[in-house]
Amino acid sequence: MRAVEDALGITVPTNARLIRNIIETIQYIQDHVVHFYALHALDWVDITSALKADPEATSALAQSISDWPKSSADYFAGIQAKLQGFVASGQLGPFANAYWGHPAYKLPPEANLMAAAHYIEALHWQRQVIRAHAILGAKNPHLQTYLVGGMSIPVDPNSQAAINADKIAQLLDLFAQAKEFVEKVYLPDVLAVAPFYLEYAAVGEGLGNFLSYGDLPLVNKPDPNKPGDLFFPRGLILGRDLSQVVPLDPAKITEYVTHSWFTYADETQGLHPSQGQTEPKYTGPKPPFEFLNTEEKYSWLKAPRYDDQAMEVGPLARMLVAYVAGHERVKYWVDAVLNALNATPQVLFSTLGRTAARCVESLVLAEQLEPWTRELAANIATGDLAIHENDHWHPSTWPAEAMGWGWSEAPRGALGHWIHIKDGKIANYQAIVPSTWNGSPRDAKGQPSAYEAALVGMEIADPNQPLEILRTIHSFDPCMACAVHVLDPNGNEITTVTVAEF
Amino acid sequence: MPETLILGVGNILLSDDGVGVRVVQKLQALDLPQTVQVEDGGTCGLDLMQYLEGVSRLIVIDAADFKLPPGTIRRLEGADVPAFLAQKISPHEINLPELLFSAKLTGIYPQQVIIFGVQPGSLDTSLELTPPVAAQVDRLVDLVLQEMQR
Repeated sequence: MRAVEDALGITVPTNARLIRNIIETIQYIQDHVVHFYALHALDWVDITSALKADPEATSALAQSISDWPKSSADYFAGIQAKLQGFVASGQLGPFANAYWGHPAYKLPPEANLMAAAHYIEALHWQRQVIRAHAILGAKNPHLQTYLVGGMSIPVDPNSQAAINADKIAQLLDLFAQAKEFVEKVYLPDVLAVAPFYLEYAAVGEGLGNFLSYGDLPLVNKPDPNKPGDLFFPRGLILGRDLSQVVPLDPAKITEYVTHSWFTYADETQGLHPSQGQTEPKYTGPKPPFEFLNTEEKYSWLKAPRYDDQAMEVGPLARMLVAYVAGHERVKYWVDAVLNALNATPQVLFSTLGRTAARCVESLVLAEQLEPWTRELAANIATGDLAIHENDHWHPSTWPAEAMGWGWSEAPRGALGHWIHIKDGKIANYQAIVPSTWNGSPRDAKGQPSAYEAALVGMEIADPNQPLEILRTIHSFDPCMACAVHVLDPNGNEITTVTVAEF
Repeated sequence: MPETLILGVGNILLSDDGVGVRVVQKLQALDLPQTVQVEDGGTCGLDLMQYLEGVSRLIVIDAADFKLPPGTIRRLEGADVPAFLAQKISPHEINLPELLFSAKLTGIYPQQVIIFGVQPGSLDTSLELTPPVAAQVDRLVDLVLQEMQR
């Protein structure tokens, strides 16, 4: 959508820009909270240990870290009974795959019970707050209200079907709930769990290079390189150097297929996505197989590189770029988290840093939901009801040929689409999604991507239960809905991640 | 407020994996009572929780590996549903079990859950169903409609 808008020189109206920002922001927050509780927390929290907790002591712990109201001993006793019921019935659902009792679980039973309770609360909460998408005409996670040129939902103070004062009030109520949960549950939980796992503040970050396209435009015609035009700034952090943000030059983005099941005329070279090619050519063994030769082609992902270097993308990249760029609220929350953990910014280069950055990002964004919603209401109140730019809708208005780059920051990181329009048709379309940056195979120079680099040298207590690897891979929030999962015949995730340097 | 939710899950890019979505697309074209909501669940998991709220009957159509000839349909209900999920014979082992487990944890698990599982013939990259599975789509639509008469 932004790729086409860029190609055709479309500026979306203020209402559409604000609604897009609001939808994206609540999606980030919902996604991050669900990731932390539903996927990542079980890497740190031992549900079976929660059964041994004393509800009184759990209540005291919860009240010592937050004034969130659901913290009585009765409440935690109820949660414990519920968990006991699930364990007794053998219906553990996603809990069944975890490595319960693994020595790498270090939380006391009370912290485990508190986190388990908040996992259940997060499930309730996410169902509630994501209703904001429906109010704005979208449906998570595929948000159909987006249109090239703006949005499809009408803005009309006098219509029940459109965005009006009622809907703004509903949004503000949901957003207050979102902010409360992030500040009173998510952040205290991260701060309560982290001290037990400080060894993960020293491992799990391998590249030292971070890329953010920037996103959430604050003006209708943003200059992505101008401070203040984007809420999340654009730029690079290279070589773990926190003294400067390096400007991003989109011409330096290329994709290699040296180790990917695609073919180029010259596979020693990368191609810029505007000239990108996607010619599949599977050369691996006939599945099911046990082994892939990583000297040859071994992945369906291409290998995106910036200036021939691998980059990490995602909340940590965004927060580092914003922190170094002097983003006021990011600095405030990063420093608050670092102070609480008595740590320096260097610890951000780690598994725990990635997990903390996702929480910081949620905090920073949760603060914006209300002012941005009020800004939308105020703009509508001025009589501006424009939601869509129609001038370029009809193909007869398009140039014979046009190229566009649509950049954005998805919850998991930098997302780019490149389009080449010729004679009213799509001549070429290429996308680089965040998990491709982070999880790509090696490039022509043999350089690993972020996942692989993050695991090099990691010590595993029990190779049959590689919890340490899961913690680090999960800290990236690998794309679930679109990924192909490698499962053994019983449906268990195969976790023998092979890293050459082991 | 819908009382019945009909959910087709699967990935239409992976041939027969998308059979549930294909059935739901046909159902969406029909004139169904107000109390019935039909949703294309695609590859979503927890994102679908919001649709379960207040639902007393959930009917899921999903590809499932029963080790039977392609196109074979199996109807599962009651105690067979958790067993089905525990064995993870559905290709969506992350999504559907997690959704239903989370529904149970949060107290919104429907009173009645029925799964129509269809044995896929192929999970290769393709927008088309294989002939034995495509031949069952209309029958699945009928089965779901009959289910609502019960």
